[in-house]
Amino acid sequence: MSKSVGKSVTRVDAYEKATGRAKYMDDLCDRSALIAKICHSTIAHGFVKSVDTSAAEAVPGVVKILTCFDAPDIEFPTAGHPWSTDPHHQDVADRKLLNQHVRYYGDEVAVVIAEDEVAAAQAVRALKVEYEELPFVLDVQEAMKDGAPQIHEGRSNNILAHSDVRRGDYEAARQEPGLIKVEGWYDTPTVQHCHIENHGCFAYEEAGRVVVVTSTQIPHIVRRVVGQALGIPWGKVRIIKPYIGGGFGNKQDALYEPLCAWCSTQVGGRLVKLECSREETFVSNRVRHAIRTHIISYVRPDGTLVARKLEAFSNQGAYASHGHGIVAKGMNAFPQLYPCPNVECDSWTVYTNRPSAGAMRGYGIPQAMFAGECHIDDICKAIGMSPLEFRRRNLMPMGYVDGFSKNELYSDTFNQCMDMALEKLDYEKKFQEYQNQTGPVRRGVGLAVFWYNTAVWPISLESSSCRMVLNQDGSLQFQTGETEIGQGCDTAYSQMVADAVGIPLSDVHVVSTQDTDVTPFGTGAYASRQTYIGGFSIMQTALALRERILAVAHEQTRMPISNLDLVDGQIVRKSDGRILKSLGDLATESLYSLEHSQHITAETTAQIKSNAYSFGCSFAEVEVDIPMCKAKLLRLVNVHDCGRLINPALAEAQVHGGMSMAIGYGLSEELKFDEKTGKPLNNNLLDYKLSTFMDHPTLEVGFVENPEPTSPYGTKALGEPPACSGAPAIRNAILNATGVAIDSCPITPHVLYRKFKEAGLIND
Amino acid sequence: MYDMKALYQAESVKDAVGLRLAHPEAQIIAGGSDVLVQMREGKRAGAELISIQTLDEIRGVSLDADGTLRIGSLTSFSHITRDPLIRKYINVLGEAVDQVGGPQIRNIGTIGGNTCNGVTSADSASTLHAWDAVVELTGPEGVRRQPIHDFYVKAGKVDLREGEIQTAILIPKESYENCFGHYIKYAMRNAMDIATLGTSVNVRLSADKKTVERARVAFGVAGPVPLRAGTAEKLAAGQPVSLELAERFAQAVKEDINPRDSWRAAKDFRLHIAVESAKRAFIEAVRLAGGDL
Amino acid sequence: MEKHQIQYQTVRFNLNGKDVERTVDVRASLTDMLRNDFRMTSVKKGCEVGECGACNVLIDGEAFNSCIYLAVWAEGKKVRTLEGLLGPNGELSDIQQAFVDEAAIQCGFCSPGFILTAVEILESGREYTDEELRKLLSGHLCRCTGYENILRAVKKTMYKRLGKDIPQ
Repeated sequence: MSKSVGKSVTRVDAYEKATGRAKYMDDLCDRSALIAKICHSTIAHGFVKSVDTSAAEAVPGVVKILTCFDAPDIEFPTAGHPWSTDPHHQDVADRKLLNQHVRYYGDEVAVVIAEDEVAAAQAVRALKVEYEELPFVLDVQEAMKDGAPQIHEGRSNNILAHSDVRRGDYEAARQEPGLIKVEGWYDTPTVQHCHIENHGCFAYEEAGRVVVVTSTQIPHIVRRVVGQALGIPWGKVRIIKPYIGGGFGNKQDALYEPLCAWCSTQVGGRLVKLECSREETFVSNRVRHAIRTHIISYVRPDGTLVARKLEAFSNQGAYASHGHGIVAKGMNAFPQLYPCPNVECDSWTVYTNRPSAGAMRGYGIPQAMFAGECHIDDICKAIGMSPLEFRRRNLMPMGYVDGFSKNELYSDTFNQCMDMALEKLDYEKKFQEYQNQTGPVRRGVGLAVFWYNTAVWPISLESSSCRMVLNQDGSLQFQTGETEIGQGCDTAYSQMVADAVGIPLSDVHVVSTQDTDVTPFGTGAYASRQTYIGGFSIMQTALALRERILAVAHEQTRMPISNLDLVDGQIVRKSDGRILKSLGDLATESLYSLEHSQHITAETTAQIKSNAYSFGCSFAEVEVDIPMCKAKLLRLVNVHDCGRLINPALAEAQVHGGMSMAIGYGLSEELKFDEKTGKPLNNNLLDYKLSTFMDHPTLEVGFVENPEPTSPYGTKALGEPPACSGAPAIRNAILNATGVAIDSCPITPHVLYRKFKEAGLIND
Repeated sequence: MYDMKALYQAESVKDAVGLRLAHPEAQIIAGGSDVLVQMREGKRAGAELISIQTLDEIRGVSLDADGTLRIGSLTSFSHITRDPLIRKYINVLGEAVDQVGGPQIRNIGTIGGNTCNGVTSADSASTLHAWDAVVELTGPEGVRRQPIHDFYVKAGKVDLREGEIQTAILIPKESYENCFGHYIKYAMRNAMDIATLGTSVNVRLSADKKTVERARVAFGVAGPVPLRAGTAEKLAAGQPVSLELAERFAQAVKEDINPRDSWRAAKDFRLHIAVESAKRAFIEAVRLAGGDL
Repeated sequence: MEKHQIQYQTVRFNLNGKDVERTVDVRASLTDMLRNDFRMTSVKKGCEVGECGACNVLIDGEAFNSCIYLAVWAEGKKVRTLEGLLGPNGELSDIQQAFVDEAAIQCGFCSPGFILTAVEILESGREYTDEELRKLLSGHLCRCTGYENILRAVKKTMYKRLGKDIPQ
């Protein structure tokens, strides 16, 4: 019955992108735009005492200079979460458009609006900002100490939030005689999304409303935030989202849309463009939370987990953005992934004077998996059990149900995924072979699994709306609020629509651009929710459209609806399979009928009160050159169970991208800061080591397809999961190769040098 | 759009010298991959530029009558790598500059720009030091030649005098004849990176390939400017080829190098890598020279 | 601050096979000129310092990051952008088609730059190993694809042009 879903059809936007015709934000901006440039704080913490604008005002071409003393006294939240009508569950509102209290090196102090970019840049350099400097803190645990610099009022010890999980009795259980205690501290770095298109937007006023065209993942949410930040009714704001050059969670935040919108309102509604430079993208957008995790496990010699404790400290940076949701998600994975009767977990999200951390592909899970999966291999080493065997014994079993989310593991996913991956890599043979090597160059294999759950229910709202409009020729346009950000959801959705309505894929036209004036409400692209959540509203809307089409078909053919079907764009009489008319003829007649004219459309909202586990694993093989302190990744295999594949080729491509991000996370990427000033040191693509074409091995991908019963299309998360398990798999492979257990990522040559020296592998 | 006060485009070397004299504050721009980047950063914002980008007369590789290898200062990295004379006489230079940035940077970046920058991490610099390259400078008084060691004054500063432009890099015949070298770029990525440490070693072996007649080694990022490790060179000269010699040679480089601690890498780490790289580069150079190890 | 005297210069060059001329501010980069004066939307801005490769164009057959290339330097050159690869009826070139077929395009922002470097590689008429191809393509950063399908697309087109089967 399915014609399109499950096939590797070509991306619907492939031609536009292969020709360079696809229009991104800057391609749409009229060249007459005024240019806004931000003056960023050059201290990590303090108060702006004054801004002397006189020299800057004198720069020819400067139109307006706005400082933190001009900005509205409104604090607003930026996280790309669905809004909560319950004030206790609303995102933290802790930043203004421009800030007098600057909280990180790069905070927004002032903005210059000028006729061209050179004048704007000159004027920004000519601004004289006088600060009252305050002590600052970059380290998460230092920030929690009594007497640490206070970054936000009313947040004692800079703690934004704390949450915990308690199961059984950890203290009593760990007293059992004969237990082996394994303890570790694991650190993950601050990294950045590095989408190739920087964030940028332009704004203008039209008919008393402000319009913002922006590179975002979440247009409807941005509309709300712009309204909140400017203190204007949300209906006065219109957001348009064209093609965007990647997002990965950074653009799941209101970034500079509120500021740009405000700038336009301050110059009489003129067109103002605000584009981030790459340097600004690194520092003044969002980053991934650096999380430090402490894990203690008490294990029986046979590998039974008896009692476990986890403490996670999440470095929030200067502003709340997505805040505690990230570390909380990782913490909640801990007791589920390896069920254990006695567990104590605590997590803290803590303000520091670093760039604000927000959503990034994996949303806390890459951090949690690095800590958790490194720790599992540390347990294995301590008790002398193979990492594979330990996982087979202890991982979440089929039939497991989580009490809170009601998620159920319907299949033997972990074993199926690991079986496929280990066969590809010949893991078991190599694992034995690589034990106890000597010599300067050694090889190793490692594995790690990951836990992920699709979408955000029941933490917050899950809903999706879809509109379908039938054309005279029987083709249709459809729209959702869920956005194409490169991941391919426009294509997957088109396939879903074709099958659910019963028309050929070529007759399905996706409206790729979201415009909050015309696109039905949807919260956007995040949480790997697109295919899962969008699937509900697409199926529901398709059924509603079919019902209307068949009602019209009944009018036009006098056949009972029960004997009518829509198959491949044809109205078919079920009883004999005869084609009565084409959908095009039906639609034309319906629209232009002098007796009963109807424009056939459908629009529905689906609220989704379910969620789905999406699991898998990574297996890595490395070659470690000990004297050169280098770990070369030879092979990386990812296997995923994301349910039924909508488009296998695009699914594989998604996995490649996530694996690539995991390679950088594991081996090279880290945003660094000067301890003395808090200044970012490497906020550019030369010094920040995004992995290049030459740093990648061939990426190998496998899928286990257990259809997800809660999804109308049997599908679940795939966008973020591929980024979650690669780094610990690489780390565990280095452990297998050298016997050295690294406790942080990225595992750069600097780290290997220290660790190899400690282990006596290097003697200088 | 660059924040540039004025652009003067030289039509010839003579014209460039004239422009240099007329606009002493102006910055020379060859390929632009460094100057334009700095201008955008604000470091050179508002500067005047003298563009020599189009001076084909100082582009390309040739042999002078006395056998000196002449590399025009505007020769791009990719052209150096592909050049048959380079491949024949100093292949290691082609290999070294083939590790600069990525392909597009190697198409725009020039050897003259790479050396006039005066930065210690330049991928060409250690090899040019190790091969006793000579810098040719053309100024109002005519042509001046200077050994590359002396050309580098201090970090970011070279001996480019009033009215001068660099017109060629010369490798004397005595320097390249029967010499074989190897360069190891140590960086955090395999492309699009600057060197954490650059090590260039070359050797000339005796006719029977049993003895090291001459060994030269130079480093980038082992000090504020590229530098030679003379102690190791003296130690190896006249010694029989052996792995043990490679080890001693490598250990001896510590006598002469002085890397610093920075956020990019720690001093002890750079020292460690310098020794290991010197050993490996020495072994490879000997192997290329036909030595048996 | 004194008013900057804008210095203009007329640049004559060949753009995608057609002789053109424009009078530009000498401060303009080639990216600026191609995007603003010729509306070449395939020329993307990703870093503006020659690190990402999104603005890549071919100048006299070689790949250059147009962000760090002054517009006036284009004088007398043959400049090619992605727009020049299309057939008269909008037909994709073989390498563009391969990017489409191999799912080598995701967000699409790095794609034009990659495709043009691939054109330089393919026009050399040589056969390269995977390692060589990785190096030749290493001047472009991509965050979506892990480079895997890009390699497949270039490799497939290379063998097709050489009239050979892809070796296993």
